Amino acid sequence: MADAAFANSSTRVLDPDGKLVGPLPAFARDPGELVRLYRALVLTRTFDTKAIALQRTGRLGTYASSLGQEAVSVGTAAAMQPTDVLLPSFREHGGQLWRGVTLKELFLFWGGDERGNDFAGPRADFPNCLPVGSHAPHAVGVALAFRLRGERRAAVCVIGDGATSKGDVAEAMNMAGVWKVPAVFVINNNGWAISVPLAKQTAAVTLAQKAVAAGIPGEQVDGNDVIAVRSVVEQALARARQGDGPTLIEAVTYRLCDHTTADDASRYRDDGEVSRHWPAEPLVRLRNFLTQSGIWDKSKEEALLQECRRAVEQAADDYLATPPQPPAAMFENVYADPSADLIEQRDAAMSRAQGGT
Amino acid sequence: MTELSLVQAINAALKRAMQEDAGVVILGEDVGVDGGVFRATDGLMQLYGGQRVLDTPIAEAAIAGVSIGLAAQGFHPVAEIQFSGFAYSCIDQLLNHASRLRTRTRGRLSCPMVLRMPAGGGIKAVEHHSESPDAMFAHIPGLKVVVPSSPTRAYGLLLSAIRGSDPVVFLEPTRLYRAAREEVSDDGAGLPLGRCLVLRPGRDVTIVSWGAMIKEAIEAAEVLATEDVGAEIIDVATLKPLDSATILDSVARTGRLVIVHEAPMTCGYGAEIAARVAGRGLTSLLAPIERVTGFDTMMPYPRTEPHYMPNVGDVLTAARRSMAYT
Repeated sequence: MADAAFANSSTRVLDPDGKLVGPLPAFARDPGELVRLYRALVLTRTFDTKAIALQRTGRLGTYASSLGQEAVSVGTAAAMQPTDVLLPSFREHGGQLWRGVTLKELFLFWGGDERGNDFAGPRADFPNCLPVGSHAPHAVGVALAFRLRGERRAAVCVIGDGATSKGDVAEAMNMAGVWKVPAVFVINNNGWAISVPLAKQTAAVTLAQKAVAAGIPGEQVDGNDVIAVRSVVEQALARARQGDGPTLIEAVTYRLCDHTTADDASRYRDDGEVSRHWPAEPLVRLRNFLTQSGIWDKSKEEALLQECRRAVEQAADDYLATPPQPPAAMFENVYADPSADLIEQRDAAMSRAQGGT
Repeated sequence: MTELSLVQAINAALKRAMQEDAGVVILGEDVGVDGGVFRATDGLMQLYGGQRVLDTPIAEAAIAGVSIGLAAQGFHPVAEIQFSGFAYSCIDQLLNHASRLRTRTRGRLSCPMVLRMPAGGGIKAVEHHSESPDAMFAHIPGLKVVVPSSPTRAYGLLLSAIRGSDPVVFLEPTRLYRAAREEVSDDGAGLPLGRCLVLRPGRDVTIVSWGAMIKEAIEAAEVLATEDVGAEIIDVATLKPLDSATILDSVARTGRLVIVHEAPMTCGYGAEIAARVAGRGLTSLLAPIERVTGFDTMMPYPRTEPHYMPNVGDVLTAARRSMAYT
């Protein structure tokens, strides 16, 4: 019998202070690329702040913040090609923005409007998946489609730590392993599934080791180190494109926010724990590295913050100025062609909306 | 023209669909080398290879989920769930994803997939192999639900389901798989979804059914004919979306309605049909609507199964009661 390998590697390029602790991958030797990553992190956090403010003032629906986890999402998306397909969970605002989903589309989605999923940019990307982990099999299907067509594309599925307890995820990773499809599963391990800490989620020492049972490579990465995340996802994607099959990547980060705006984490989580994790958050880390490398300074920082705030404010204004869809929109796209029942119900809904009976 | 059983007609339709569209991919448990436990996919792997006919691990949720990913990428997956009793772990995928991918992306992505499965009782199968979950699927917006009742109709309906643009749950009556053969013209002609089929015209009472129970309905109609009662037989064929016009039109002429289905009574699909007729055809009704259904029990083990299944006598009793009502 062959021995199973249980040792997972763990990658970190920058330590929490932004000091180089590992070899810089090729992309990170280009200062422009590093600034681009930093901008994406800052834009994501600026969006996050605005989204919470809008929710608190009744102008956005329940919103899932990505505070502290921006590097997982941005690093993952930055590793992808535009022709790859992202299958996000629901904290991938940063990755979605990187891939060309607009700020306005994000506001529309979280504001309760399906048009937020009609991405003008990445047309083949999946919308957010709220039923936890249930999108993992879709990634296998998308990846299988690429292989059947002989395309050098890959599917990237982001799930949370809680999703690793779901059967869908186990089924998907197992099937991906059997068929060696070009799929990469990225776990945003932020330590908490609403009120359930990782220790109550699984007895497994790491989440990356769940790859062992699926017969696929699994590894950990510092999820607060955007350079490391991008690097390991790039390598996994390169293997996928070569026909070497799927990879599971556990990006270890921390949820500095509540689960969503409907949650109050103080009910189950010690504030001290949150404070202890703040020094490791991803933005300061990269900023320190950029500053130490002479690429960044205060004035550039101020200009970037202003630029991001302007873009977010503009998008929020655009979203707020967008009227809701008419009632007829409910009945569109249920089927390619509406059934007789739907046409009748649509007419009734429109009549009611127009004050008829 | 060849004489085919229903399962052979399914096989012929699958073969035809794979031949005409390279995007048609078959996946499921034992569908490849083994050709499916009922042989519905027999020979397809040999013809089209392991890339397009995929034996899957035992993972029903992922079979449905992988199909969604393929469909979103423009393929037309036809997935087999080995028995409808194993389809319940697909409900999350069907309800939360397949059915609504088009709506929630405003048409950017869609899900043209078919989930085939044997359903229904009468074959003395072990537990979990004989239920009729039709109404449960029909309750899900965005899904289409199709139940064939003969080899010819299975062939045409399955082709249309595969060629369509929306997710279809295709429930194949296990009892009919090998029950009878008929001439099936493998000409690639689809039978449109969303239309009830009037299988036998009649002036006195409308009997509405679908799937395997069509057999009991027709046998009852033949007995009723000897009593000078003309029973019109309507095969619903597509439960979702429902063609209620054909049923209402028939009841407008006959004034009497008997609905026959194998699934339990409460919240069964017969309730939907009864409600439609009560809502839109009440003034045509000359008698209360009759429902002949399975009981609100578990589907019993095979030794008791005959006591569960509605039979010709039940249909006759209901039709005669309806005729006698004044």
